Formats: sequence, C-alpha cells, structure tokens
Amino acid sequence: MPALSVRHLLGIKYLNEQDIQLIFETADQFKEVINRSIKKVPSLRDITIANIFFENSTRTKLSFELAEKRLSADVLNFSASQSSVKKGETLIDTVNNILSMKVDMVVMRHPNPGAGIFLSKHVNASIINAGDGAHEHPTQALLDSYSIRERLGDVAGKKVIIVGDILHSRVALSNIFALKLQGAKVKVCGPKTLIPKHIESLGVEVEPNLRKALAWCDVANMLRVQNERMEMSYFPTTREYTQQYGINKEILESLDKEIVIMHPGPINRGVEITSDVADSSQSIILHQVENGVAIRMAVIYLLASQLN
Amino acid sequence: MSQKVLLSSKEIHIILHRLACQLLENHLDFTDTVLIGIQPRGSFLAKRLAKLLKEEYQVKEIKLGLLDITFFRDDFRRGEKPLEASTTSVDFLVEDKKVVLIDDVLYTGRSIRAALTAIQSFGRPNEIELLTLIDRRFSRHLPIQPNYRGRQVDAINEEKVKVLWKENEGKDVVYLVNR
Repeated sequence: MPALSVRHLLGIKYLNEQDIQLIFETADQFKEVINRSIKKVPSLRDITIANIFFENSTRTKLSFELAEKRLSADVLNFSASQSSVKKGETLIDTVNNILSMKVDMVVMRHPNPGAGIFLSKHVNASIINAGDGAHEHPTQALLDSYSIRERLGDVAGKKVIIVGDILHSRVALSNIFALKLQGAKVKVCGPKTLIPKHIESLGVEVEPNLRKALAWCDVANMLRVQNERMEMSYFPTTREYTQQYGINKEILESLDKEIVIMHPGPINRGVEITSDVADSSQSIILHQVENGVAIRMAVIYLLASQLN
Repeated sequence: MSQKVLLSSKEIHIILHRLACQLLENHLDFTDTVLIGIQPRGSFLAKRLAKLLKEEYQVKEIKLGLLDITFFRDDFRRGEKPLEASTTSVDFLVEDKKVVLIDDVLYTGRSIRAALTAIQSFGRPNEIELLTLIDRRFSRHLPIQPNYRGRQVDAINEEKVKVLWKENEGKDVVYLVNR
C-alpha cells in the first residue's frame, strides 16, 4: 500500500491524485466501520490529538472529534476564546505547550491564511489544517469530492458549479484544487464583487448567470455568504443576492435534468438555498456530514501511520 | 529465493473436502453457524468451503462473512508502510451464533487475536472456532490453536508459507519459500 506523499495535511494544493485516491479508498473502509453497531476501532489507541480552534466551528470540530474517538485516539480540545491566547501568548508558544504534554497530532483552525504551514515549520507534530482564514479547508474539499464520487460514481469528467461567496471561501479554493486534480470541470458563479480577480488562472471559468450555470452542471455546490469576513458591502441587499444567486425548487424544476445539490454548511435557509431544496432528494448535504467523519478518520489514520 | 511445493492442487482438493466434512460433523445444517473469512487471504478459503458445503454436501444455506482486521492489528506504525485495509462484508449479526473464523495460514496468532476483537463489532457469539489450511507449528506468539487444520507445518522463521488460489492466482498450490 502506498503512503501519503505528505506528513501534514495543510491544503489540497500539496496533495497529488494518488493521495486523494488513497484517502478515498481508506475512507470506504471507515464508512463501513461507522455504520456498524460498534463504531470504534483500536488503531490509534497510543496517539494523542489536540484540536486547536482559534475560530468558531460546529460541524468540523464535532466531525474531527468524532473521527478521533472512533479511532480510539486520546483527544484534547482547545478553544482560543477560553485560553491564554487572550493573555498574549503566541501561536508557537501555545502549541509547544500543548505538545509538551506529549501530543502527536494537531488539528488547527485559524483565522489567518497559512497558519498551519507556519506551524508545521516550527513544531514537531503532524498538522491537519481544519480551515485557515479564506485560504484552504482541505478535509471539506475531500469529503465534498468523496460525496460526489459516492452519488455519481466518479469525479472525473463531472461538471461542478460552485456558487456564491468565492472570494472569502476556503471551501471554494480547496474544492477547485481537489476537483481539478481529479479531472472534473469547474465553473464558479456569484456576484462580480465576490469572484476573485484572476480566478481563471486556477483553470476554472466564471459564469455570472446562475440559470446558465445550473443548466450546464451535474453538481451545484452552494456556498454561504460569509458576512463575518466582509469589511464592506459586496452586494446591495440579501434579498437581491437571493434573487440572483439563490437556488429554489422552481429553478430546479425548470431544468431538464436532475442535478446534485451540495452545501458545506452552515446553511442560511432562504438565502443561498431554500428549505425545499436543502431537504429534497437531490440534496446530499447530510451525506456530506456523514462522509466527513469517514474522510477525517482516513486522513488521521494515514498521517498517524507515518508518525515516528 | 527458493521455493518447494508443500501442497499440490490435488492435495488441497482432498484437504478441503476433509475440512468441509469436519465442519459438517460439528455444525450439521449450519442454522446457528456462520463462516467468517479473514481478509484478504482467508476469504478465498472461506468462499471455497462455503461453495463445497452447498454444492457437494447439500447444505441449504450458509451465512458467509468477510472480515477485515487491519484497524484491529497490533502492529500499526511498526511497518514500513501503512496497513492496507480490505473490505469488510458481514451483513448479519453474530449474536448467539457459532462463528468459524477461517484463515489460510496460522503463524504467530496475532491476526486471529485481532479478528477476535474485530468480530465483537458484530455482536456476542456463543462460541468461536478457528479453521486454517496451514498451521505453522512452533511459531505462535499467543495461546491460539486451530480447531480444524488442513496441514501442520514445521517451518523456521526465515521461511514463508505462500498459499495461492485458483480464483486469484490461477492455480491452487501451497509453497514453502526460503526468504
């Protein structure tokens, strides 16, 4: 069996296609494990993992914690809002203090892009990036691709449209890298103000018209508008955004095919997606959440197997 | 590297029939018994035995599962490469059943120990038996012995027992390989 080509998971940018296939094949086995009556395996019983979250998270934090516990690892949870970071401690000091407690792996979410890369150069532990600012969110992209593969059989050749706030979205960037690596065709769609300049250099096309984009695609990945990262107004009103870039049952039924609807969560119901679409049979949103645990188990397992 | 034939196709055929008869003798119609092949190499033997019991000995129904033990092994992070997982396919509960674990070679016993832990994910069996085609005597690290054995072999640690199956490698043969 080949090993991963990396010691850390800092972004999809650093993986190759074989890495992604290996993660998917390992996740297949873990998916079977988490559907057993006893959902736990003893593989990582001698490993300690710290979940260090400098930003709010519900799904990702829960998913990582569950994945770690399903693998029998010891888990430390650290939240910046209740820590000495508030007292002025640096990131390296914080992490080194945690590592002094004999921690083997660090799962980190941080508001600054590149925080995981910076950390990987200064500490002797395996780092998993659980989202760094508007940069990357590799495990989300992996579980998104895995969910497409599960629903449509393969990712290669599939047409995927990513809709919404591309500018502030680490999910969008990681998804673009992952989908392109696996041979999918990718377009982005959203208000011009929320599409980064030169995004075409990543090998994606910009489609400003949502209806045209939906008519073209096999999969629509609807992103949340990230108001928390916006320092100015990027579109006139939420209502106008919804009219232009929100997806509803009427739009879906006007298409002459059935497309797959995805969303990384959390959903703003009635903004980028209506409830009747989010809860429809075309939506794989909850499958994404289930697959998130299997994918994270696979990533942790494969990285842990390289620890000295 | 040299290798000599330990069991020919004909000898394997005879042994498989004997093992099937021994299973029949103890489990009769297999209503309370399930066969579990340990992935990857034990699965070929388990499937072959299930086929024999159905086709040659008219057993109506046999529950057959394939169990991967990768995540239960005790040598994680001790090898050069990550341990590769195979598919687990156990679509029934083993609660109150008699389980026959099936593997091609019994060597140190560590794989069987892992299988004993892994099977607990599917319920609490009434009893567990072990069937192996080859029992490498004097190589055990754990107090584990087979209930049914095809052939007992005295091999030294530098030697390896290699079992090939028609379904996978195109022929049935067991080699003793000098590493």
